[in-house]
Amino acid sequence: MERELSFAEALNEALREEMRRDERVIIFGEDVAVAGGVYKVTKGLLEEFGPNRVIDTPISEAAIVGAAVGAALMGLRPVAEIMYMDFLTIATDQLVTHAAKLRFMSGGQLKVPLVVRTQYSLGRVHGSQHSQFYPAWFLQSPGLKVVLPATPRDAKGLLKSAIRDDDPVLFVECGLLYHRYKENVPEEEYLIPLGKADVKRRGNDVTVVAVSRVVREALEAAQRLDERGISVEVIDLMTAQPMDSETIINSVKKTNRLVIAEDSVKTGGLSAEIAARVAEEALEYLDSPIVRLNSPDMPVPFSAKLEQEYMVNADKIVDAVSKLVG
Amino acid sequence: MAIIEVVGGLPPSKYAELGLGRDKLLRMLRKMVEIRLFEERVERLFFEGKITGPSHLYLGEEAIAVGVAEALAESDVVVSTYRGHGHAIARNVPMVAVLAEIMGKATGTCKGLGGSMHAAISVEHGIPVATAIVGSGIPIAVGMGLAVKQLGEKRVIVAFFGDGAVNTGAFHEGLNLAAIWRIPTLFVCENNQYAEFTPITKTFAGESIAARAACYGIPSYRVDGNDVIAVYSTTMKIVEKLRRGDGPAFMECITYRKKGHGVYDTAWYRPREEVEEWMRRDPIERFGNNLKELGIVDDGLLKSIEAEVEAELDKVVEEAMNAPILPFEQLKQFIYST
Ligand SMILES: Cc1ncc(C[n+]2csc(CCOP(=O)(O)OP(=O)(O)O)c2C)c(N)n1
Ligand SMILES: [Mg+2]
Repeated sequence: MERELSFAEALNEALREEMRRDERVIIFGEDVAVAGGVYKVTKGLLEEFGPNRVIDTPISEAAIVGAAVGAALMGLRPVAEIMYMDFLTIATDQLVTHAAKLRFMSGGQLKVPLVVRTQYSLGRVHGSQHSQFYPAWFLQSPGLKVVLPATPRDAKGLLKSAIRDDDPVLFVECGLLYHRYKENVPEEEYLIPLGKADVKRRGNDVTVVAVSRVVREALEAAQRLDERGISVEVIDLMTAQPMDSETIINSVKKTNRLVIAEDSVKTGGLSAEIAARVAEEALEYLDSPIVRLNSPDMPVPFSAKLEQEYMVNADKIVDAVSKLVG
Repeated sequence: MAIIEVVGGLPPSKYAELGLGRDKLLRMLRKMVEIRLFEERVERLFFEGKITGPSHLYLGEEAIAVGVAEALAESDVVVSTYRGHGHAIARNVPMVAVLAEIMGKATGTCKGLGGSMHAAISVEHGIPVATAIVGSGIPIAVGMGLAVKQLGEKRVIVAFFGDGAVNTGAFHEGLNLAAIWRIPTLFVCENNQYAEFTPITKTFAGESIAARAACYGIPSYRVDGNDVIAVYSTTMKIVEKLRRGDGPAFMECITYRKKGHGVYDTAWYRPREEVEEWMRRDPIERFGNNLKELGIVDDGLLKSIEAEVEAELDKVVEEAMNAPILPFEQLKQFIYST
């Protein structure tokens, strides 16, 4: 059976199912309980699971993630919410210096099964301090997994896997997509494995690797290019760490051209790591230089018009692919 | 532990003792009305789709910004927040520049690059910071205090933040540092009793915010934040001490938002009786009544002040609406200074 769910609804269902399945799963964060989350992702969970498992916290990001580490070490499976990715900086010590490393530096004695859910609000006219997208920073923290779902269906399957995973997972959602559209999401249970990229559209002429919000832009671009006889393969990275280079490289071996499109600023972004891997392992298969479409190396401007110009979109992808193929 | 002083609403009979003349009192009233009517315009423009993005209104809290600003010298420095339109107007930032910023226009305080949450930033008016990260302005204000102290300047720093900010690490680290460095910073907590949708009673441990600040040995005041003169007179007293070099001070101003957290929020989570109770303590109405008692205003004058401000706002809205947006190519110059 399938029915249509929004991104937020699909995430809500994932949380609900995992909380029903495993009593050790608890949720805490700012405004997650009574208000059901500022974007309604945790709506109704307090009513179903009660105040011991769905907990509103003060504005204390370092303590939220730190408490998740402690709770995970003692046998719970916390899902902590950091309302905006921008606020994660405050909790980064706990996430990268503790959660990510405890297993390794204890010689395997410990495990830290926590999820930190957060979202980025690029495209929602929130200005420089509420729009930042920096999953690439967390690639520097081996031991931490970094997941970036692009569709409601994937969001659900990936979040369920993240909660069951025995390692810490940073789960980055796209705020712009929460209520933007609905899609078919299976009613029966399914999991989507972490660490695997997904070929969202098959094609032969160019590989476009996209992440999170930009996957939809890439699919729209591919559709338009198809009408012009250009066949684009769209790969959704889905997990940035560990990164599935294999799926990308296999595609490049077939298409011999690579465009990477994502929301990090260009320098040191996710696209840089993807490009480096392809250059390292499949340079000889490339017919032309890799093209990267990113946010410019600039803070996000507030003005709605400027923000739109700042962002990667389907038009920019169409242009880049056309130049590459044409 | 430092003493906590409680400052309740002041009767109008005391105004003369404080040296408050007619002009000053009328100016304060006018400023509060400007903030009120400005924010009501912002709300309307939002629902008309002429403003996008979040706007956090200062409705109901006008007495704090005005009471503090009127006690400061022009050279003093204010650290504001995402709920900063009122701070800006109180410090004489032109309303048109604030509105243009909220609309993302090139004529805005930050050329449209900051937006509503940073619209208060105006170096010219002594507001170098308006932060959207809760609590983050506190340590910055400590560093500013350090700078003016080391530079031998007589300026004071005022940091505004909400009740929610007192649970951040930045608050605790910042207050402790301010205390050991004995810097001239006044911390002003605008305690509107909610952080977004959660009441302070669910997130705050301890007796009061002022008591928490006092734990750092900082002289702390609990002030009726809906009484502009209580805020003003307390700030005057504190600022005088700060200029003498008496270390930091803390003022918890108790108040209440008239509306939701942001324009989009209906504030469904607040009990109706509580809302009604607080609406009866409207800071502008209260101050207006007090001035009536003193014979400084009457209904006619109150109406004409409002009408004047509305007429000014008509022009402000038109001007901001018609202002251009910066061309994208020009943004690069703002990333680095060299
Ligand atoms: C570090 C951080 N965490 C969370 C948020 C999201 N947020 C924005 S305003 C707010 C509530 C702040 O409440 P308070 O400090 O009482 O100020 P008020 O909005 O009531 O003026 C929250 C949680 C944020 N901006 N920064
Ligand atoms: Mg508050």
